[in-house]
Amino acid sequence: MADIATHDTGHAADHGHHSSTGLSNNKLAMWLFLGSECLLFGGLISTYMLYRGRVQNGPHPSQIYDIPFTSVSSFVLLMSSLTMVLAVSSAHRKDDSKTNLWLTITALLGATFVGGQVYEFTTFYREGLGFTTSLFGSSFYSLTGFHGVHVSVGVIMLLSLMGIIKKNKITGDKAEVVELIGLYWHFVDVVWIIIFTLVYLIPS
Amino acid sequence: MSTNELTLTPSESPSLSNKLTISPTQTLGAVRRPVNTTGWREWLFTVDHKKLGIMYGAVAFVFFIVGGVEALFIRLQLALPDGRILSADKYNQMFTMHATTMIFLFAMPMAAAFANYFLPLQIGARDVAFPRLNALSFWLFLSGGLILNASWFLGGAADGGWFMYAPNSGPVFSPSNGVDFWILGLQIAGIASLIGSINLIVTVLNMRAPGMTLMKMPVFTWMILVVQFLLVFSLPVITVALVLLMFQRSYGATFFDVSQGADPLLWQHLFWIFGHPEVYVLILPAFGIISEVLPTFSRKPLFGYPFVVFSGASIGLVGFGVWAHHMFASGLGPVSVAVFSMATMAIAIPTGVKIFNWLLTMWGGKIWYSAAMKFAIGLVILFTIGGLSGVTHAVAPSDTQQTDTYYIVAHFHYVLFGGMVFGLFSGFYYWWPKVFGKMLDEKLGTWNFWFMVIGMNLTFGPMHILGLQGQPRRMYVWTEARAGEGFFNLGMWNMVASIGSFILAVGVLFFIINVIKTTRNPERAPIDPWDARTLEWITASPPKVHNFDRIPVVHHLDEFFHRKYEEDEATHTMKQVATGEELVRAEEAAADADIHMPGPSYWPILLAIGVGVLGMGVIYGTPIMVFGALVVLFSSYGWVLEPSVPESIDFDTPSTDGHTKEIAPLG
Repeated sequence: MADIATHDTGHAADHGHHSSTGLSNNKLAMWLFLGSECLLFGGLISTYMLYRGRVQNGPHPSQIYDIPFTSVSSFVLLMSSLTMVLAVSSAHRKDDSKTNLWLTITALLGATFVGGQVYEFTTFYREGLGFTTSLFGSSFYSLTGFHGVHVSVGVIMLLSLMGIIKKNKITGDKAEVVELIGLYWHFVDVVWIIIFTLVYLIPS
Repeated sequence: MSTNELTLTPSESPSLSNKLTISPTQTLGAVRRPVNTTGWREWLFTVDHKKLGIMYGAVAFVFFIVGGVEALFIRLQLALPDGRILSADKYNQMFTMHATTMIFLFAMPMAAAFANYFLPLQIGARDVAFPRLNALSFWLFLSGGLILNASWFLGGAADGGWFMYAPNSGPVFSPSNGVDFWILGLQIAGIASLIGSINLIVTVLNMRAPGMTLMKMPVFTWMILVVQFLLVFSLPVITVALVLLMFQRSYGATFFDVSQGADPLLWQHLFWIFGHPEVYVLILPAFGIISEVLPTFSRKPLFGYPFVVFSGASIGLVGFGVWAHHMFASGLGPVSVAVFSMATMAIAIPTGVKIFNWLLTMWGGKIWYSAAMKFAIGLVILFTIGGLSGVTHAVAPSDTQQTDTYYIVAHFHYVLFGGMVFGLFSGFYYWWPKVFGKMLDEKLGTWNFWFMVIGMNLTFGPMHILGLQGQPRRMYVWTEARAGEGFFNLGMWNMVASIGSFILAVGVLFFIINVIKTTRNPERAPIDPWDARTLEWITASPPKVHNFDRIPVVHHLDEFFHRKYEEDEATHTMKQVATGEELVRAEEAAADADIHMPGPSYWPILLAIGVGVLGMGVIYGTPIMVFGALVVLFSSYGWVLEPSVPESIDFDTPSTDGHTKEIAPLG
């Protein structure tokens, strides 16, 4: 939804209208959406925390988690937040080629993370942890899968954004659109830090 | 609100609508923008908050009839012992769909109808912040509602109660696809509500007319704002619950599989963390409506405006901390029960504050007993009865006796029917002349009111007795053997309740007759029939496409009233200095030039259809899902590439001073 919202009132910033709060409609909407997303992940994380030790079939969390591997992919995702910041900063300086460069790198890092997750899921599946194997399996795949979908949607948004910038189709404030997608991207990263800590680092 | 009304298109002022000519913009190089559409297309592709509000209302009213007929089936089945109208299975489907329909497909969208229509008008805006998202919300809601009800014809409806407790709603006990349709329908309707709530919050926070501070906003707008915050933070929780149940039912996940060690309380917690705020989502809009109606028809300002506002906000806030009072019988442990019991009782305080404020608003006022006022007073009385029985549920030991009996059914029908529905009907009578430019018949309105009051008390009043006698909810039959004696005779009160439900239905029928009669009546309503107080009345009825010819500048709470009346220095009484008509004429004379409104769009309805098809794919297989996803993808890109407002060059020539006025959605 996010990319839809960002373009809806693209004209707003163009004409320098004032809103009652001083925040643009788009940005306010994005913050509200992210606030709502907190509760979505809150529910999924709670479910996982409730069920992580409940293994009647298949492997136990400690038997399959590969902490070094996941640490590396977490690091990759965190670095993508840095490159996203650089993209937003370039967009504010109206430097299109730099913006494009940093957006590309951000998308690549995000895609690398998703690739790592696909690899991880495949490995876990081979080691006997299916989606239906145990409560742990169902809740692990649901939580991390939901997060992975969020990252993938983010990557798609970044790629679409680059296409739209290239074709000069943005009707509103270009830097703000980059910033909005940046907000979403950082949110997804922050959620991963919580998931990584609760799911992988704290032993069940 | 039958489909007849859809033909009652607001007639725009010819001078201004001519200026709103829009020429086509192409998106994706494939589909031309549906500008200058007329007839049914005008409704299908509209992004106008007023048209969407009317469509919300019309569809919600149809679902009100559907849910009402389901209720009548239930009462027919229970009128006599050993009822034979419905089988046990059909009965389960009937009460599940009755509650689901009434809550998700009538009450919430009807509140959305009022919010959509009046919120921008009350804050002096020309539309909501995201007009296309607004259209998307409506079409998603419709798509969710159709999916929910399609289950009747595709193998049976959901049968687990509107709370759909898992594991009871798992594939073992609910083998038909009914629960799957229910899950998908609610997910889609939930997305609609989430988008709608974000949209309305941004609208209220960002798009108020100059001078309208938060504490000068009408109470209805305030209550809608509180409700949208409740929705933003509670909907994702039920989304999680629904997704888990969907994964379990459709993809074999184990979340509610007790043999795997699952916790049956997980669903209950997730559901009620959403479900309790939902209760306030239902009632607060009605509170908002009567907080407009009571002052208008008492000829007095609302007593204690800040108290009404902040008690509404605190009901919303505390409402997030009381969900486990729905689970007192589940064995939560004494500490949890005590905490939730106390919190629940605490909610009675702000609610009581509101009731006293309404009473004191009427106190000493010159009360005009119009139909709208009758319904508003009805709400105050009936909601108070329901509120008092609600406090008895807050007392956990008492609640464990009442759980799953008709006493609970009596309670929530008093607060929801006596409270919410009466508030909505009050709103119908109050705002009908604004929306359609015609007055609903007051005499029929009085019949409507009395039949509904008597019917509702006959239906739900006896349920207190039935419940305290121990008649359980959701039982498809009761038997003579379990009947009490004398005054407590179950047979008598069940029959009374069933008769009452039909009296209630006749009351609703009076409303429908009233609507048909009003639609055929050529007489136009006056501009300001009620001597009203808020901004939505400072424009034509029905309002023009752009709502206000000139964006009003606000100086007072109840701005419209203060433009009509000024205080006489000598006598300290209010004296009329202008009529509503004069004020509206003055606004028209000073109309803004070159008002740009957002153009109609194909994408919202197309996207909603795509989401609906995608959802059906969960039940009917991957190819359908892929097709739905492609439609979603296509329409998302079409949406993004389409400017929300048709290009400037498509418009009329700018005004002579070179300054082009934009509509409110643009900031």
